[in-house]
Amino acid sequence: MKTCLVVDDSSVIRKVARRILEGLEFQIIEAEDGEQALGACEKLMPDAILLDWNMPKMDGYDFLRALRRLPGGDRPKVVFCTTENDVAHIARALHAGANEYIMKPFDKEIVEAKFQEVGLI
Amino acid sequence: MTPHDYDYLRALLRKRSGLVLSAEKHYLVESRLLPVARKASLAGLPELVQKLKSPGSDALAIEVTEAMTTNESFFFRDKIPFDHFRNTIMPALIAARADGRRIRIWCAACATGQEPYSLAMALKEMGGAISTRRVEIVATDLSSDVLEKALAGIYSQFEVQRGLPIQLLVRYFTQVGEMWQIAPEIRAMVKFRQLNLLEKFSHLGIFDVVFCRNVLIYFDQETKIGVLNRLAEVVAADGYLSLGAAETVVGLTPVFKPIPELRGIFSPAQTTVPNTSANVVDLAGVRTAAVAGANR
Repeated sequence: MKTCLVVDDSSVIRKVARRILEGLEFQIIEAEDGEQALGACEKLMPDAILLDWNMPKMDGYDFLRALRRLPGGDRPKVVFCTTENDVAHIARALHAGANEYIMKPFDKEIVEAKFQEVGLI
Repeated sequence: MTPHDYDYLRALLRKRSGLVLSAEKHYLVESRLLPVARKASLAGLPELVQKLKSPGSDALAIEVTEAMTTNESFFFRDKIPFDHFRNTIMPALIAARADGRRIRIWCAACATGQEPYSLAMALKEMGGAISTRRVEIVATDLSSDVLEKALAGIYSQFEVQRGLPIQLLVRYFTQVGEMWQIAPEIRAMVKFRQLNLLEKFSHLGIFDVVFCRNVLIYFDQETKIGVLNRLAEVVAADGYLSLGAAETVVGLTPVFKPIPELRGIFSPAQTTVPNTSANVVDLAGVRTAAVAGANR
């Protein structure tokens, strides 16, 4: 079973994402911010990361840059999932190493399509 | 709505669009046609049926047909047909048309335009391999409403997220408020036309690739066979037909054969096409100036 780390400071979003991704047969790990997420990756590098942008302590962008410098940090497919819906943010995320980008609000079909696009399912 | 009214609507839709409605689809008819009735200042569906039966109701019949046809579409739907298009079909056609002949592609039920625009973007992404070739994409649909949307090329955030890789969104779309508009260079690659697949389409010419996906599923057996046989007349001998994931030619007609290594893709069989004139529905005289005016 593949693992997905869901990083979002909103417990509601984490719950919704968990429900969708468990339906796609992922094992879920949760983190509330970039720092927690980085710690989780140091313990066990997941196959996929669903990543919010705006979070306390370390935001999604800084987390992604730090992740890609970790040993094995180039392996997880990273899908941003954020309310930052303008082209500038998307381009910045791609430049930092994101594989896909979901603009909130989202639904199961969108998550499924994006995970398919990056070869996770 | 009485069973008689429902049967009248079923017959009307079948004649005009080939759409087959099963006996238990009352809810679908009500949910889609009540707004049409209200727009026409009619109290409900019985009054709508009465109006449709009266002379001079062609424009209303077109509205009813358009409201009932399913127009769900998204970019790179099902992904695999587009992989086949990019990786196998286009390279084969480029090699076969080495003399520089134009390569023609037809999206036979393009709905709101995501399919032809996906093909246009796929072609752009092929870069040098295709840049010097003349490629024409013709996209048709029965509904003038969806063609208007297709032509505008403006999509909601939800629509651009279904199947469209984010790199292509950034490369080929511009944000317009809450919406996303496809780039003029991609829009310019597609010619939209209004066309009913039940009517003759040989005037469109011969195509190297025909995408006719997720349309046949709404037709009855006889209509499917008729459309497939007439498609065989417009697909080049070394051309390709792409059908939807739930569609096939097998058991329907010998004019196309599956390509085993390309799921969902069919090639013309070297066989005589059955006489298809009987399969064309005669709608002469029922099309209104409103529809003709919407042709592009």
